[in-house]
Amino acid sequence: MTILAMVAPAAQVVGVLLGAPLVAGVMRQVRARLEGRVGAGVGQPWRDLKKHLRKQSMTPSGTTVVFSLAPAVVAGSALLIAAIVPLVTTFSPLDRIADLFAVVGLLLIGTVAMALGGLDTGTAFGGMGASRGITIAALAEPTILLSVFALSLPAGSSNLGVIVAATAHDPWTVLSVPGALAFVALLTVIVAETGRLPVDNPSTHLELTMIHEAMELEYAGPRLALIEWASAMRLTVLLALLANLFAPWGIAGAGAGVGGFLLAAVLIAAKVAVLALVLGGIEVFVAKLRLFRVPELLAGSFVLALLAVTTSSFFASAVG
Amino acid sequence: MNQDLYTAAMNTAAGTLLLSAVLVVWRRELRAMVMLLACQGVALAALPVVDGIAHASAEVIGVGVAILALRGAILPAVLLRLVARRGPARRGPARRESAPVVGTSLSLLITALLTVTAFAITRPIVLLQATVGSMAVPVSFALILIGIQVMATRRRALSQTVGFLMVDNGITSAAFLLTSGVPLVVELGASLDVLFVTLVLGLLARQVQAHFGDSDVGRLRELRD
Repeated sequence: MTILAMVAPAAQVVGVLLGAPLVAGVMRQVRARLEGRVGAGVGQPWRDLKKHLRKQSMTPSGTTVVFSLAPAVVAGSALLIAAIVPLVTTFSPLDRIADLFAVVGLLLIGTVAMALGGLDTGTAFGGMGASRGITIAALAEPTILLSVFALSLPAGSSNLGVIVAATAHDPWTVLSVPGALAFVALLTVIVAETGRLPVDNPSTHLELTMIHEAMELEYAGPRLALIEWASAMRLTVLLALLANLFAPWGIAGAGAGVGGFLLAAVLIAAKVAVLALVLGGIEVFVAKLRLFRVPELLAGSFVLALLAVTTSSFFASAVG
Repeated sequence: MNQDLYTAAMNTAAGTLLLSAVLVVWRRELRAMVMLLACQGVALAALPVVDGIAHASAEVIGVGVAILALRGAILPAVLLRLVARRGPARRGPARRESAPVVGTSLSLLITALLTVTAFAITRPIVLLQATVGSMAVPVSFALILIGIQVMATRRRALSQTVGFLMVDNGITSAAFLLTSGVPLVVELGASLDVLFVTLVLGLLARQVQAHFGDSDVGRLRELRD
């Protein structure tokens, strides 16, 4: 293994760390412009983070170590996913010990930590948010697993790097029945998992139906910054994974040089930016779903993912 | 035409067919259902067009264009007029399927079951000759089954018509994929039939609407002339 392949995951982590607030900023800015507002600019989430980091850290009385650890766990799991998932290179040293299941598990660790943090404060909002967050997570995680399964069957491995490498080698394979179904399922579930419209409204802070914001209501200062940073990172990593699963053009393989890595890094940033622009644009046109209809949405995406796996195994067995 | 491109285009069309069928079950707004039906029509037309281009056959392309005109444009337009007629100005407008016989989550699960069934029963057909076209046959059968399900579980005349047209889309695609090209005359005949059926169903829906104030066909209890 070249030294470059060792550096690549570190570059991924740093890139996600620095780029995630910008992705959130792009989505907000697109929304603002489409609504006819000037908008705060793409850099606003970064300025918010800096402001929060300068503030004093508050610990509400009665909270335990769960409350103070939760932000760190959420951010840590998001960073670990950023190191594992094939964003710039399909050839990461962590990739072989952590496959699809590990990534979904890490995502769930973040969600559960956040829910526990919300519960620990003992407030009504925190409990409600935690209950809703876990409900959505329980419905969303199997869908992520299933839809990536559908893509992993042709590649013959549950390893994300191998799946992306196989698609990069033969880009037409993604344009298929299972590919189309899995794409829609995965997109829906990413929207749900990262708390965007129409499942949760990220721009409200005091609303009875909020989910993610309800859990972080008691946090302030550096911990709040960490949580917001982590949720932006989760969004960025999932969008980048979506981009690379379905359009892995230009991702650096095992033998790529410095130029290849740089090109891959620029390309993945561009792909995520395009996805963020499109999602931000779509969000303007949709209203938040009623909370009781969210399971319906997730059931739909679960069915799509299930069908994707069925058709995928059908085609794999019919050809083989 | 490049073989990879041909395979990808055929598979994308088949994927869009299945996806739009599932989304029709998912959505309840009548307008959205008709729009999805139009998407399905375009995807259906793409099958013969791609096949015709690949095999340089003008007749097959002609069939594709006819299908595109009918199922991608004319039929959805006829149905959309029905939706538009019941505007928000009317009392209790039927813009959405408000009370289907089976709830959305359950009908989605039934859809999954039906699709898996379709894939299971068409396996021998596909194994006869595993070409790019015949690989899409299960999707056609799934379309037929899902269409029947939509007809059976929806109450509005319009959504039942959408279900009927999905069944017909499934039959058309199965016929095309299995026989690799229905003669243009047969295709035109069948298309004309479907057009008339849709017009009559539209008329019927309008009558029901005028009579009962909504288009719930469950209210039709007796036959009279």
